[in-house]
Amino acid sequence: MSMSEFFYMNGYAFYVWGSYGLALLVFLVEIAMVRNRRKQALRQLRLMNDDGEAA
Amino acid sequence: MAINWFKYSAPSTFYGLAGKLTPWFAWPAAVLFAVGLYIGFFVAPTDAVQSEAYRIIFIHVPASILSMFLYLIMAGYAALGLIFKTRLSSMMASALAPTGALFAFISLWTGALWGKPMWGAWWVWDARLTSELILLFLYLGFIALQASIEDPRRADKASALLAIVGSVNVPIIYYSVQWWNTLHQGSTIKMTGTSMHVAMQQSMFTVLVACWLYAIAVGLSRVRSIILEREANTQWVKELPEVKQ
Repeated sequence: MSMSEFFYMNGYAFYVWGSYGLALLVFLVEIAMVRNRRKQALRQLRLMNDDGEAA
Repeated sequence: MAINWFKYSAPSTFYGLAGKLTPWFAWPAAVLFAVGLYIGFFVAPTDAVQSEAYRIIFIHVPASILSMFLYLIMAGYAALGLIFKTRLSSMMASALAPTGALFAFISLWTGALWGKPMWGAWWVWDARLTSELILLFLYLGFIALQASIEDPRRADKASALLAIVGSVNVPIIYYSVQWWNTLHQGSTIKMTGTSMHVAMQQSMFTVLVACWLYAIAVGLSRVRSIILEREANTQWVKELPEVKQ
């Protein structure tokens, strides 16, 4: 099996790679969202701490 | 060795534990995704009827299974939070909802891309497809309801009721292919055995385990942020090294 044959998926390339491509995208986006949420939460907490010390 | 499990139901102790556990689920998930898909694409043979299009099964079935199980686990945590007023249970329910919704979305998307070449339609209002779509809406409703109520305690209560009532939909999805005449095929894997090729089964189960580990890793990471958000005014959060710096 050659590379191009593999990617061609016997004519079903759009359906097969469209499925796996979206799944991969969803996982990557979710991981980025989870990381971002932690960053935001920590930033918020540091701001609150700074305010507390200033008061 | 005696472990005090109740200790870990306190958000302050679970925060640290979840942080330590996350990589132990995340890395095996990545490895198993790679192994499962390698088997699925390079070991499993071409299907006699569906040619290469059937390879969508290796992500479609695990994503669908996860979307249903995660809903039941989410509803279970929500119910625990409602009955015993354990804060961490409600936080776990909130942490699992987005992941469950995303698995339901993957299930519907890959199903549409599989339906088009095999049935000639992206979508049909078949019992299996419709009940899975309702599952996605239940997840989105749970998330939206929580976001719309300011007081987290009240938000937990209202969304827990929604989650519990909605859980009747899960057996409906599961049995839909038996109860109704659906275009969607019945289960390939049955208690009595399967007609599937061994490599196909290996690939599907490996990706299924990978999806489980992924969902646990993401759920644990997300619940840590939820704990920080909800316990923002407590002393232990203020004293965390990652907050103090």
